[in-house]
Amino acid sequence: MNAQLEISHIDMVFDTPKGPFTALKGVDLKIAKGEFISLIGHSGCGKSTVLNVVAGLYQASKGGVVLNGREVTAPGPERAVVFQNHSLLPWLTAYQNVELAVDQVFGRRKSKQEKKQWIEHNLELVHMDHALHKRPDEISGGMKQRVGIARALAMQPEILLMDEPFGALDALTRAHMQDTLMEIQQELNNTVIMITHDVDEAVLLSDRIVMMTNGPEATIGEILDIDLERPRDRVQMANDAEYVRLRTEVLKFLYEKQRKVEPLVAKKKKQQEGKKAKVA
Amino acid sequence: MSATTSLSNDYSESNVAMLKAVFNGGLKLLLAPLAGIGLFLLLWSSAATSINTSLGQFPGPAAVWEQIHSLYQEHREERVKEGAFYERQEKRNAARQAKDPDYVVRIRAYTGKETYLDQIITSLVTVMSGFILAVVIAVPLGITIGLSKTLNSAINPVIQIFKPVSPLAWLPLVTMVVSSVYVSNDQLVAKSLLNSMITVTLCCLWPMVINTSLGVRSVEKDLINVSQVLNLSAFTHIKKIVLPSAIPMIFTGMRLSFGVAWMVLIAAEMLAQNPGLGKFVWDEFQNGSSNSLARIMVAVLTIGLIGFLLDRSMLKLQQWVSWNKTANS
Repeated sequence: MNAQLEISHIDMVFDTPKGPFTALKGVDLKIAKGEFISLIGHSGCGKSTVLNVVAGLYQASKGGVVLNGREVTAPGPERAVVFQNHSLLPWLTAYQNVELAVDQVFGRRKSKQEKKQWIEHNLELVHMDHALHKRPDEISGGMKQRVGIARALAMQPEILLMDEPFGALDALTRAHMQDTLMEIQQELNNTVIMITHDVDEAVLLSDRIVMMTNGPEATIGEILDIDLERPRDRVQMANDAEYVRLRTEVLKFLYEKQRKVEPLVAKKKKQQEGKKAKVA
Repeated sequence: MSATTSLSNDYSESNVAMLKAVFNGGLKLLLAPLAGIGLFLLLWSSAATSINTSLGQFPGPAAVWEQIHSLYQEHREERVKEGAFYERQEKRNAARQAKDPDYVVRIRAYTGKETYLDQIITSLVTVMSGFILAVVIAVPLGITIGLSKTLNSAINPVIQIFKPVSPLAWLPLVTMVVSSVYVSNDQLVAKSLLNSMITVTLCCLWPMVINTSLGVRSVEKDLINVSQVLNLSAFTHIKKIVLPSAIPMIFTGMRLSFGVAWMVLIAAEMLAQNPGLGKFVWDEFQNGSSNSLARIMVAVLTIGLIGFLLDRSMLKLQQWVSWNKTANS
């Protein structure tokens, strides 16, 4: 495989008041151009840390990230990030938010007119052309997230990093956003790394699902290839045997192999046994 | 026919009901403050009659009202005198020029005493210039401190020590420094004005620096991440992200210090004999005529009213500058 992005043996150690905390240990992943990767795992397993290291917002304690054969150590617009809570500048309109990114990335390489067209084109891609001049507090959560995606796409990034982009949205809006994202991905063939908690979302959108073990010292547990044909339709998928099998695989990993929450009954039993032992 | 009349009747009835509602609402809106002011005036006048000082009875609302009139009258008379003075001077100069074409005209300024309105304007000019000087220093300093943790821990101790110092303690030092440093023959600005202006600046500086740096430091982490991903330059970062986030805090600091500055200015003018409302109060107190207390009371009310108006205009300015139009009180 010809890797565009290589995450190479990353360790991440945070200094805490209680001493060093190893969040990640030996995370190793190669990603080809145009691949759609989902990172899935329980809360606190370090998915966001992996993403932030790739984005350059965190520095890995050991190992590093190589993009097109060159190590990256600082953030840059070629690795655009779609943040979990949209992170739009509240004092700018949707258009101006995208404009800030476009001005920064293209500077004088595009004329004023070209920039305007490019901004409008990207907002059109996410179906936000009807609300160009609305401020974030005037539009819904889903619309804000769309503008956030448009801003990231407008940077023409080599890698699109998405940190639970639809986590805060209701189920219907989320489905709608997933369809939009698939549509865009089909058209632009971006390399995407997306963090998600949602098993269906991961299977529906990804080429590969990277499943992470629980922290501390979290690492990649299993990688699942999703060989479903594109374009994928969520309604048809619901009855597709392969889809169901893949979905079950992910569920098994999350809730059997990497179970985080013990059933209450078992927990109580343990506590009682502990008490008995003390009494004895 | 009858149907239309009843309709129009209904219409006018509903109109009347609406008018009533508006009237009631307006009444409630106006009634409480008016009642409050009325009650205050009543208490004031009844209390005033039972207080006797060596300068006569404590002034009630009526006496104060009378003095407002007389102060305004004095102002108009003074202006008439001034006009007459310049007219005489012009005539005289014209006459001399007619006699001797080489005569260079010299205009002499009118040197009559400052009226009450002049004093108000002097005070306003002083507080504004002192405040603006403080903004020019404090906002960039606050931004720099807010952006750099190291700088913050370096400068913070100094700020924390100077913050609780009453600006009046600085006044003697300021006076001495100004009189030794500010020496020029054509003094554009009077020394006394400079003294009180710098005192105002010193008083405004600390709260503004602290609030600005706090505002800058509390910019959302997500927005800073956005700025980093975009590789924004330091200048764009400050202009597009830091300043808009920090503006509410910056204005809180400004309004806080403006209020204190106005209070301090009066005291500074009293102590340093700088022209202005404070000096007016002090002069009247020293004068000790039977009208003095009423005139001081006029000054008290003026100071209060102007302070209130200044705060309101700062709020308007904040609403105009800020992207978030919901800032209030």
